[in-house]
Amino acid sequence: MTDTIAKQLALVIDLNVCVGCHACVTSCKEWNTSGWAGTLPDGNPYDADPTGVFFNRVQTYEAGTFPNTETIHFPKSCLHCEDPPCVPVCPTGASYKRAEDGIVLVDYDKCIGCKYCSWACPYGAREFDEEAGVMKKCTLCVDRIYDMSLEPERRKPACVLACPTGARLFGDVIDPDSDISVAIREEGGYQLMPEWGTKPGNHYLPRRKTRQVIHADELVRADNPLKKEGRLPRADEGAPSLDDVTSW
Amino acid sequence: MRPAFSVIFLTTLIGVGQGLFLALVAGQFYWVIGATKVAEAENFYAFGSLLALVFLAAGLFASFFHLAHPERAWRAASQWRTSWLSREVIALPAVMAIITLYGGLHWLEYRPVLMTFGNMKDLDLTMATGYLGAALVMALFICTGMIYACMKFIQQWASPLTVLNFSLMGSASGFALATAYAGFMESPLIDFFAGGAILLAIAALLGRLTSLWRNKSIKFLSSLQSAVGMHHRNVRQLTRGFTASSFNLKEFFHPGSPTLVPTLTRAYVLLAFVLPLMLMIFGWNQGSMILFSLTFLIQYAGLLIERWVFFAEASHPQNLYYQKVA
Ligand code: SF4
Ligand code: SF4
Repeated sequence: MTDTIAKQLALVIDLNVCVGCHACVTSCKEWNTSGWAGTLPDGNPYDADPTGVFFNRVQTYEAGTFPNTETIHFPKSCLHCEDPPCVPVCPTGASYKRAEDGIVLVDYDKCIGCKYCSWACPYGAREFDEEAGVMKKCTLCVDRIYDMSLEPERRKPACVLACPTGARLFGDVIDPDSDISVAIREEGGYQLMPEWGTKPGNHYLPRRKTRQVIHADELVRADNPLKKEGRLPRADEGAPSLDDVTSW
Repeated sequence: MRPAFSVIFLTTLIGVGQGLFLALVAGQFYWVIGATKVAEAENFYAFGSLLALVFLAAGLFASFFHLAHPERAWRAASQWRTSWLSREVIALPAVMAIITLYGGLHWLEYRPVLMTFGNMKDLDLTMATGYLGAALVMALFICTGMIYACMKFIQQWASPLTVLNFSLMGSASGFALATAYAGFMESPLIDFFAGGAILLAIAALLGRLTSLWRNKSIKFLSSLQSAVGMHHRNVRQLTRGFTASSFNLKEFFHPGSPTLVPTLTRAYVLLAFVLPLMLMIFGWNQGSMILFSLTFLIQYAGLLIERWVFFAEASHPQNLYYQKVA
């Protein structure tokens, strides 16, 4: 994938906002299990040792030492890498990256289920469907973001629409003026495991603290050193009026 | 990584078949240049090629069990420009085809002389086919090894040692089988094969020990910090996000206990290398067919264990995301 692409649709996930509610997990499963591509099957759903296919998960991490700890809720799905290692290794050509919008997809009619692509994804983003015998993964809801029967503002991935806190943003990371490019630029957006040169499309916005520093002299009004409060004297009728200086 | 038995059998069985064919071609070359004077056993190369084909076909058969859609396997030949797996899918039938040709030509005793060298030695069609076949066999070893070596973030695999060891271990087991086969056919090449098997087993042992040492001292490039992007010295997972099982847990972790890998490592160093070397030298000394056959069987069993460990010892960076249930 050395050829540059014109557009790279992706998600930006704001870890400062995510509360770890898993709404994106369930909405993803619901949308993708009811879609044209068949179910995301669960094995032994009501039995011992259940398992299941999920394209998106929310994990939780903790940083620091008690009591100075910070909890990070961390949603993870396919990052739609700009240079996806999972694509060139596929022997059948079932895995591909769309030139028009950068979405990485699997052609379920070509996949032989060799699982080689899943080895080649450092993020563990691919999910094998035991029932259909094919590799699946997040499609960025390709079956709804272009659906012209939906109102334009609902043409977004199911997870983005479901997020109650607005932690998930969707857009084109290559367009420098898109909402998500601005967010990445201005809020310190970063990529996962940059050491492997995969250039993930999805970015994460870090946890950040908003602190206000108040200096001692800011607690004292420099223009009122004697701390005498009260209405300022009424100025003469003819005097020029000036906010902050006069009382009316 | 989870060791898949289909792949364990595929890589070890085709290794034997490839090594046996290399032994046959090397043996024929040894005989042609006149290093041994005794007449060659009848149909030695034809039956030898058949034996190599049996192993390659068994490997191919095993590989189909790895696919969820074997009926679509033909598609796997399409991406040879980018995928080593696709290249292997092409190289394996090509190797089988040329071995069939090599064995067939010997069977039919069709050996037209292609050229004569200054020293009055001839290059006949069978020898030329053998050279071509040997080149294809080497290409297949490279494809098989590169399937693993090209995964740069599975750092235990991402090394030229992976390709070298697949080639050496396959060749060593093939030469061991060739020795037993030569004994069975009462071929004069038996000493040549036994010597080759010993040298290759020593080389394979050194190669594998080097990779074991390398794996011990690997510095991993990924960490939980880079995986989550939280550059704090003390980060840990509280939950992977689910309590049930998943593909991430089944495919990328090996099912054994933590002590199983070191135990099996010791077992295969013994079974695949040390014991076969001793048996081979002893058998050579005694001229014992039984010991030669036993050498091959023990070595093959050892290589099955080696391949299991090869997968189990490989750590995938995705495992960083799956450390804790809740
Ligand atoms: S996150 Fe994994 S599956 Fe998705 S594009 Fe990147 S390498 Fe491929
Ligand atoms: S599992 Fe399917 S998509 Fe993945 S490498 Fe194999 S054929 Fe390609």
